[in-house]
Amino acid sequence: MAIRSRKSKSDYGSIYRGHEGQWSWILHRITGVAVILFLFAHVVDTAAVGWGPEAYDRITAAYDNPIVRLLELGLVVAVLYHALNGLKITLIDFFPRLVSRIRPISIAFTAVFILTLIPTAWIMLGQAWDLARR
Amino acid sequence: MATTTSPRPAAPPDAREAALGRGRPIGGFELWTWVFMRISGLLLLVLAVGHTLIMHLPAGGVDRINFGFVAVRWQSPFWRTWDWMLLMLALLHGINGLRTITLDYVRPPGWRFAITMAFYVIGFTLMVLGTVIVVTFDPTGWGPIG
Repeated sequence: MAIRSRKSKSDYGSIYRGHEGQWSWILHRITGVAVILFLFAHVVDTAAVGWGPEAYDRITAAYDNPIVRLLELGLVVAVLYHALNGLKITLIDFFPRLVSRIRPISIAFTAVFILTLIPTAWIMLGQAWDLARR
Repeated sequence: MATTTSPRPAAPPDAREAALGRGRPIGGFELWTWVFMRISGLLLLVLAVGHTLIMHLPAGGVDRINFGFVAVRWQSPFWRTWDWMLLMLALLHGINGLRTITLDYVRPPGWRFAITMAFYVIGFTLMVLGTVIVVTFDPTGWGPIG
């Protein structure tokens, strides 16, 4: 009878247990997919300018909704995260010696992300609030 | 650090590669897309983040965007060029990202082919549509600009 490993899957915990880089990897995927799916819709809504003011303004009226404005904030946050994390990946791939400094670099990029997040959320939540009261 | 994944043979793992996860592809098409993702990413850092911040934050954000806004903006060859480059690079970068994810998660060859082809068709169609609009747009048929 073959000897089976005593260790079951759960002995290793979550596959995302090991390293904060795994979280940034999965967030990079999620934000990237979110942005490209929005881009599909956005190319089509922008193309409506070719059919004149009535067509364009009717299509972009879809954005005049506080709920859509919250989704829009999510989009901007996704773009910012994907851009900053992508810059971090590129930096480390082009300068592999920086791998030994991965932890402070990750902390610095996370700090920059959060610092850009605060004014962005403040401004865009204000826009959504103004729209909701109109 | 996570880098773009590849189903093709990657560089042999040494201690540093192991710390990096799957490393840079050793050559061919996968190496070219690996390089493209990083170079286009750096350009999109300016084009896409700039576009996003300009359109969504100042002066009420998207509230001010209507046909007249686009008509005035696209009088400038600078913004038409910016938007066209953003269109092409964002679609190429995004479609290649979807291809990478598909190759990671979809195993049956038929489904892989069908899904990646669907993304290529969507990407190509949107590149053509966007290019036609940004090149041929002429608002004067609908009255004076401004």
